[in-house]
Amino acid sequence: MENMSNKEYQKYIEERTPKPTYVKNMVLAFIVGGLICVLGQIILNMLSKHGLDKEQAASGTSILMVFTGSFLTGIGVYDWIGKVGGAGAAIPITGFANSIVSPAMEFKKEGFIFGVASKMFNIAGPVLVYGVGSSVVIGMLYIILTGGG
Amino acid sequence: MALKRVGAQTVKLSNPPSMISAASIVGPKEGDGPLKDYYDLILEDDLWGEESFEKAETKIQEETIKLAIQNADLSPNQIEYLFSGDLLNQITSSGYAARQLAIPYFGLYGACSTMVKALSLGAMVIDGGFADRVVCATSSHFSSAERQFRFPLEYGAQRPFTSQWTVTGAGATVLSSTGNGPYITYITTGRIQDYGITDANNMGAAMAPAAVDTIARHFKDTGYNPEDYDLIITGDLASIGKNILLDLIRKEGYDLSNNYTDCGVKIFDNIRQDTHAGASGCGCAAAVLNSYIYEELLKGNLNRVLLVATGALHSPTSILQSESIPGIAHGITIDNMVL
Repeated sequence: MENMSNKEYQKYIEERTPKPTYVKNMVLAFIVGGLICVLGQIILNMLSKHGLDKEQAASGTSILMVFTGSFLTGIGVYDWIGKVGGAGAAIPITGFANSIVSPAMEFKKEGFIFGVASKMFNIAGPVLVYGVGSSVVIGMLYIILTGGG
Repeated sequence: MALKRVGAQTVKLSNPPSMISAASIVGPKEGDGPLKDYYDLILEDDLWGEESFEKAETKIQEETIKLAIQNADLSPNQIEYLFSGDLLNQITSSGYAARQLAIPYFGLYGACSTMVKALSLGAMVIDGGFADRVVCATSSHFSSAERQFRFPLEYGAQRPFTSQWTVTGAGATVLSSTGNGPYITYITTGRIQDYGITDANNMGAAMAPAAVDTIARHFKDTGYNPEDYDLIITGDLASIGKNILLDLIRKEGYDLSNNYTDCGVKIFDNIRQDTHAGASGCGCAAAVLNSYIYEELLKGNLNRVLLVATGALHSPTSILQSESIPGIAHGITIDNMVL
């Protein structure tokens, strides 16, 4: 081992590390993500049918999808959906709900202030920071490039 | 004069302590694995009636230690030292378990190498004449380790193929200056090996060089060869690390293909139990040693075992700061007969 450099060892390990099953993961992400979106679309259509306008129906759909993600996290199902669906389960708004509810549940033992409230954004925090941050930057670019028109 | 030293990193015990009893308690998933017939107790619920996973881990460790002492027909006040450790910050599971036991306590941190580290120190203390009876123990808990090192349990993350499953369980061994074996005869203390692996989901790769170094050093120091052992077993390299070790140690001139395995490979049926590369955690080597290995030694199916527990000495902070993972491996020889 002594004549093996760090670089050589890391290369050796890379060759011996099983690669993720990309094709299978992508197909599953497509199916799971697609099903979540179909569910969203069904909710949206139903809300529209019951007389909500476009904006109200969209808000209602988000609210119900967040509830669904949180509920499935609470009853211990969403971790399984996430394991199967990968990015297909993480990217829709249900995955965002899962990323907030799961640490909130996990850290309840540490109390409601420094546990639940503080740890709740452990995973979702970066998404919020960079999501809000990038929308501000794009908004400013929009104003500069179009002159606010 | 250090008369008991043989070679650069090994000591040969002149009054080898006897492992007079052992105990193991594991969680439900471990109890569903291939070694299920060997454990003293399999829990039905990994909280074991406690309100947090940390408390459950403390209880598992404490009860395992009590059981080992009870198996030796002793009571805690007849034990002179407790050497124990676990994976949680500031090794709290061990501290809380020791609080109830009231045995003079040395808390140890060696990550998953802690069981052999504890046995090494316990054996040296007995051989040195500082105690007649010590107990050595470690524990880990899947759920307390996940929340410290990884993600919340209900978070829908995908685990890479190289990831390992932390064992919920504990093992404890009582060592005594008198007894009929099995005996701890040699101790080879490892050196940190760090080849710049930064992926905490590939601990087998991070720890394998340390195991290679310690095993090769053990053979050089003692003059023994792989054939002199019925079993050479590492702590928790798991399936990927095990193959890396076999390959790397062949380059050092030792062929371990006939009698080598890894505790992290033994505990779970990786395919059926979906544990990816295999098991890890302080409880991994501890549970396998104090169930399967100990029982097979007593039955005489194994007579000479080299146990090399491996540890990855990183922390969540060091990983976030992109530091590499220092690997460690400590080895002991367990003999049914003293030559």
